[in-house]
Amino acid sequence: MDRKCDQRKHIISVLVENQPGALARIIELFSSRGYNIESLNVGHTEDPSISRITMVAKGDEHTIEQIVKQLRRIIDVFKVRDLTDKKKLDRELLIVRVNVETPEKKEEVMRLVEIFGAQVVDVSKDTYTVELTGDEDQVDAFLELIKPMGIREMARTGRVAMVRALQGETFGEQKE
Amino acid sequence: MKLSGAEILLRALELEGVEKIFGYPGGAVLDIYDRLPFSPLKHYLTRHEQGAAHAADGYARVTGKVGVCFATSGPGATNLVTGLATAQIDSVPVVAFTGNVPTFMIGNDAFQEVDTVGITRPITKHNFLVKDVKELADTVKKAFHIARTGRPGVVLVDLPKDVTRELADFFEEEYKTPVQIRSYKPVLKGHPGQIKRAAKAIASAERPVLYIGGGVVSSGASDLVVKMAEVANIPMTATLMGLTAVPGNHPFFLGMLGMHGTYAANMAIQESDLIIAIGARFDDRVTGKLSEFAPNAKVIHIDIDSAEIGKNRHADIPIVGDAKLVMEELLPEVEKQVAKNREFYAAREKWILKVRSWKERYPLWYEPSDRVIKPQFVIEKIWEVTKGEAIITTDVGQHQMWVAQYYRFRFPRQLVTSGGLGTMGFGVPAAIGAKVGRPDKTVFCISGDGSFQMNMQEIVTAVHYNIPIKVAIINNGFLGMVRQWQGIFYQKNYSQVHLDVQPDFVKLVEAMGGVGLRATKPVEVEAVLKEAMAIDDRPVVIDFIVDREEDVFPMVPPGGALHEMILPSYGKKKEKKAV
Repeated sequence: MDRKCDQRKHIISVLVENQPGALARIIELFSSRGYNIESLNVGHTEDPSISRITMVAKGDEHTIEQIVKQLRRIIDVFKVRDLTDKKKLDRELLIVRVNVETPEKKEEVMRLVEIFGAQVVDVSKDTYTVELTGDEDQVDAFLELIKPMGIREMARTGRVAMVRALQGETFGEQKE
Repeated sequence: MKLSGAEILLRALELEGVEKIFGYPGGAVLDIYDRLPFSPLKHYLTRHEQGAAHAADGYARVTGKVGVCFATSGPGATNLVTGLATAQIDSVPVVAFTGNVPTFMIGNDAFQEVDTVGITRPITKHNFLVKDVKELADTVKKAFHIARTGRPGVVLVDLPKDVTRELADFFEEEYKTPVQIRSYKPVLKGHPGQIKRAAKAIASAERPVLYIGGGVVSSGASDLVVKMAEVANIPMTATLMGLTAVPGNHPFFLGMLGMHGTYAANMAIQESDLIIAIGARFDDRVTGKLSEFAPNAKVIHIDIDSAEIGKNRHADIPIVGDAKLVMEELLPEVEKQVAKNREFYAAREKWILKVRSWKERYPLWYEPSDRVIKPQFVIEKIWEVTKGEAIITTDVGQHQMWVAQYYRFRFPRQLVTSGGLGTMGFGVPAAIGAKVGRPDKTVFCISGDGSFQMNMQEIVTAVHYNIPIKVAIINNGFLGMVRQWQGIFYQKNYSQVHLDVQPDFVKLVEAMGGVGLRATKPVEVEAVLKEAMAIDDRPVVIDFIVDREEDVFPMVPPGGALHEMILPSYGKKKEKKAV
């Protein structure tokens, strides 16, 4: 099997029973089968007994297909879908604390905050804490620009995603 | 009516149709064992929890029913692990119940506490920790449903001690209603379009070959698959797990394929233009070097587990579904296609002749001897004495491969062997489970001197319950398979494989209350087997002192392609060479 084909990031959405063992099984699947997760996000859905896990995994088509199939085997998993090539809403939340010891720096940070539609949510004498929501590229670009200020601390949620309503389909695709 | 958790469990097991349980008591399961004498369930006390798991596994493999085992918390649960992993990788339906510390002590590092669901998560199809007695009945029901449906597997239910003590309502009628698990709906019926495509491919192929796996045996599709082979003139090969699907003397059967497969089976695969894989998973022991496996073949892959399709080998025509249900649809389609296409037989004839010529030219072979007992000779004699109708369990190693090669099975579920995990110590307890499940059959465990010592304590269990299993130890004083590899690939650097120091198995078995016999010369083999066959109230162990350095051939070297087999010498003096 040709596995040299391109490695790329896939965003996979999983609906799962909201049970402690379910998440453990999913994470163990990745470690036991040697798949890499870049990010993983778990949260409730409109139904409190069902959680949505959004994960970003890197691999070639064959590996990703295997990940999707192996996820579907898990008893507590309802639905698995690779959203990579779907029209989707895809967001990530970033919280970052940057150094702003000088007025110039303060001004530069505020300028970037404005451009990116971010928000300053916490302030100290020499730091600003900024919150930004956007797709992965936006968050990456913002971080790149803000890096020279000196990042004290940061946290990213990992991506959450949902298929666009106008695509005429919801999550769909029953677990096989 | 309110029942305790223990009572609910035992009643639920009855309602599931469970009759036999293999287990070992301990502190955390005291409440269950306290109620056990009042239940019609028959419990077999093994001498080690691993034995309980293997016995439940053996029971399940021969009956097709769910095997059940009990163990206590902590070491009881960890001792089950090897047994559960063995069953899971071979897709055997087993439900294991383990005790645990009371819910309020969980996570406290209490006495005999381990995170059983955490430890067993990667080796089970699913597992449960029951935290509330009200959920117990429903959980047991789900556990059995998950274990026996879809791709069968192991389910573990962990029961904290307080859950087994507390009371809850139990309504039998409610228990008998069908299970609903909203996130678990296995696909059983094959896609009709794909089945049509498969039938066309089968009818138009020039050099098709069937690659039959354990799924054929476990779904009960054996007869249908053999029928299809006959209808469409297709040679058959089988994996270790699939061997019993085809009668061993069937003219289209080429034997096992893979690392120790026959020349004909492996060559048929390599030269085929269509592989019909049913209930098989293209395991590395079957394919050899994957990139050179059946290089010119298209693949029809029928499997109940969609994750197996395309995992190792691309499938041109994938069909997800239960092997039996798919075959029920596929066979008539193939019949239709064959009827349409009369010149079909002529086209296939060349292929059949070629395959037959391989079978005749390079059969399984060993150098016979009247001086030392050849291990293959023992297997052949066991086959003769048991008329080929015994249920055979094996351990793991050379003897296992010789069984696969030389015991020609007659009916499905006749071979009980640890295929995927390769668990030494499996054979004896699995034989106990098999004999409990099929008391009407002779059950013969064929073991090695290394493997036997891994779970020989279970002979005592067989004595305890008068379970008349037979055990043949193929005793070469070596860890034979490891020695073979060291011999061929590590310049005979025999490292830690000598078992020169070993118990006198005859005396040992006598001390345990069984019958011990021994054969040291070829002429004694048949007599000693007949003597063993006459004993029907106790286990018998026969110590066959065999040729020390016999190797298993053919052999595909690790990393080699299937056609690169090392063959036996066929009596020519020159050392065995690859063809």
